[in-house]
Amino acid sequence: MSSPRDVVITGIGLVSSLGEGPDAHWQKLAQPGPQPVLEATRFAPYTVHPLPEIDWNLQIAKRGDQRQMETWQRLGTYAAGLALDDAGIKGNDELCATMDMVVAAGGGERDEAVDAAILAASESRNDRDVLLNEKLTTELRPTLFLAQLSNLLAGNISIVHKVTGSSRTFMGEEGAGVAAVETAAARIRSGQSTHILVGGAFQTEHSDMLLGYELAGYLHRGPWKPVWQRQGAEGGGVVTGSGGAFLVLEQREHATSRGRKIYAELGPVVSGRARRSRGELDAEIAALLKQAALPNGKLLALSGASGAHAATSAEKAALDANPAIAARGFSTLTGHMKEAQFPFAVALAALAVDRKAAYPVFDAAAETPFEGVPAAVLATAIGYHQFEGMALVNAA
Amino acid sequence: MANLNDHMGRPIVAVTGIGVVTSLGVGKTDNWAALTSGKSGIHPITRFPIDQLNTRISGMVDFLPSSSKGASPLTYELAELAGLEAVTEAGLDSSDFGGPLFLASPPVELDWAERFSLYNSDKGKDDTAAERLLRVARSLKELDIFETTQFGSIADRLADRLGTRGLPITLSTACASGATAIQLGVEAIRRGECDRALSIGADGSATAEALIRFSLLSALSTHNDIPEKASKPFSRDRDGFVLAEGSGALVLESLETALARGATILGVLGGCGEKADDFHRTRSKPDASPAIAAVRAALADAGLSEDEIDHVNAHGTSTPENDKMEHLALSTVFGERIGSMPVSSNKSMIGHTLSAAGAVEAAFSLMTMRESVIPPTINYDNPDPAIVLDVVPNKKRNAEVRTVLSNSFGFGGQNTCLVMAREPV
Repeated sequence: MSSPRDVVITGIGLVSSLGEGPDAHWQKLAQPGPQPVLEATRFAPYTVHPLPEIDWNLQIAKRGDQRQMETWQRLGTYAAGLALDDAGIKGNDELCATMDMVVAAGGGERDEAVDAAILAASESRNDRDVLLNEKLTTELRPTLFLAQLSNLLAGNISIVHKVTGSSRTFMGEEGAGVAAVETAAARIRSGQSTHILVGGAFQTEHSDMLLGYELAGYLHRGPWKPVWQRQGAEGGGVVTGSGGAFLVLEQREHATSRGRKIYAELGPVVSGRARRSRGELDAEIAALLKQAALPNGKLLALSGASGAHAATSAEKAALDANPAIAARGFSTLTGHMKEAQFPFAVALAALAVDRKAAYPVFDAAAETPFEGVPAAVLATAIGYHQFEGMALVNAA
Repeated sequence: MANLNDHMGRPIVAVTGIGVVTSLGVGKTDNWAALTSGKSGIHPITRFPIDQLNTRISGMVDFLPSSSKGASPLTYELAELAGLEAVTEAGLDSSDFGGPLFLASPPVELDWAERFSLYNSDKGKDDTAAERLLRVARSLKELDIFETTQFGSIADRLADRLGTRGLPITLSTACASGATAIQLGVEAIRRGECDRALSIGADGSATAEALIRFSLLSALSTHNDIPEKASKPFSRDRDGFVLAEGSGALVLESLETALARGATILGVLGGCGEKADDFHRTRSKPDASPAIAAVRAALADAGLSEDEIDHVNAHGTSTPENDKMEHLALSTVFGERIGSMPVSSNKSMIGHTLSAAGAVEAAFSLMTMRESVIPPTINYDNPDPAIVLDVVPNKKRNAEVRTVLSNSFGFGGQNTCLVMAREPV
């Protein structure tokens, strides 16, 4: 059944509040009753899943490079390095120089102190545009701009890890992660590329990153609850997490010819844009499930559901409508990682296929056990606000 | 019967619609008339106060309803205008385009006007600025401000307006973004995923903060006194680029589909090439090897030799570094011939439209071939002796142009080149 142009996953780089690397994530998540790591005070009334302690030197050797980035870019560059290491590509000049890259990115961190000072001064000034010029020209650190630019995560990956075949950055929340994986897979299947680094990172521990959700009231407030149990609770249902996920996708023939371990084969990757204000989301999710070519029999699903009330209840209803599907809402344990959400879902799906075991329920009240070996696993990302995607990950 | 596949057996990608907006005006007609008469769109900044600013000129688009409404609304309007012009010219239904959308647009942030208004709408509590913004945010009843902070929202609205299919892709490769949007469309058609695609580059993000950020990196010209003379690519006294806004859109279509429906073929998107640079966040590798590789990759993708390129639409930003590096790249690829090849920079007149530049300049490249007129590089009064190029100085030139190479290079090591042809080969 396998074909030389199959898309296979040969490298996984993960960082979340649970730790770093595929092994650490598997160990935490495969134990019955896994527990989330929560930070409930720093951003109260919001809870977040914070970054674990990271020794940046392990993947970003030069202090000079580290200084040029803020945490978001460091996190992505770090996770990308983990994936390259895992695939045996890091440090291989020839493979790095011919490797393509698609990064799903938002923006980097603003200088909160400068912003706060400008806002404080604005209380007593009417010439706010002049105030802006005064403060920004004198107080902004010149290179901070580069730490904020969306495409500079990819730029830093090129500089630090020498991935220089090509470099593209997709923007647009979860949809960016979906499109990045979908486009990368299409390039490999069509022979346009042999190996691609794809993924993203999200650093939620910054007030602007929370504001990006809260301007529409999307964040959950009050006591933490699992992702499926936030309907009716205070706030909008999303609990965010810092993290990153990068995958090395490779043409099967390319991977086997260099003798690499294959985690899983990436099957259909499908995406959509429901016009949600017209009530199209339910039909869109159903259509994607159909296009994903689900196999017969029991199916494990790694759901990227954010907790956002409308999107999460639509996804839950669609998954529940198929009794063969046993869903795992991993945001319960990692929080929502925006652009990194879909690559993270695909990575967790690939791990389950590779380890020939399903994850135990992450939420005993809302999820059902899965017995046996998962030969295929579904990964989903139904955007908290817009855009939808799924992929089927098959045994290698 | 025309050959419908290229030298690699892939569907040939034709252009059947072009749209453009710059500081010179809305639409191809006005832009082309201004561009070929050597007119500059660079003018003094009036959108915000210029107190404390070292750079007080730009190529902002100041004549649209959204021009004073912030980066997201203006970027949307620019993209919509160019998209509508392109789809209409292609003879397609402008509310039901029926193919995917690839949008190059700037990263979005909450505008300062909104930040000030949210912050000052709830004074008097003992809290930090961040806490106050979050508290005010969650009580908002409208989604308008939220939408301006979502990276996918402009494309989502465009998809509604133009009836594009599927999940729209919003991308950034910095100053190469517009070219990347076109490349993604070309690749989708070549893979057989669609018969047509809409590629748009749009940038309406010339805010005070954006200007200050580039200024702090010493990237901008400070020749404020005569604004229209500030952008002077390849000149000895060039001192930086001029921040600008604009949009460009192309309807890309498989030649087979375009011919079958009787569409006018405006040109062919023959090749795309890219190569990332690992040297530095803002500077190019001194030997220009990534730019050279990108040019060569585009030529190879198009199946053309160096001798078969008639004209180069240069990235030509007017920064000391870019123009020197670009000259090195071109002279390496084209050898001695580069001295007699017309190489012009549209940015001398429209400034640097950032995320839109690659798309705007692809539009102008296609028009150059159709009209057999090469727009000039204006302000070329003081040539850089180290850069020996035929820049089509100061006056347009009538010339048969069968093929154009258009370069786009950006921060973060982004290098993307497009090869376009007048006719299917």
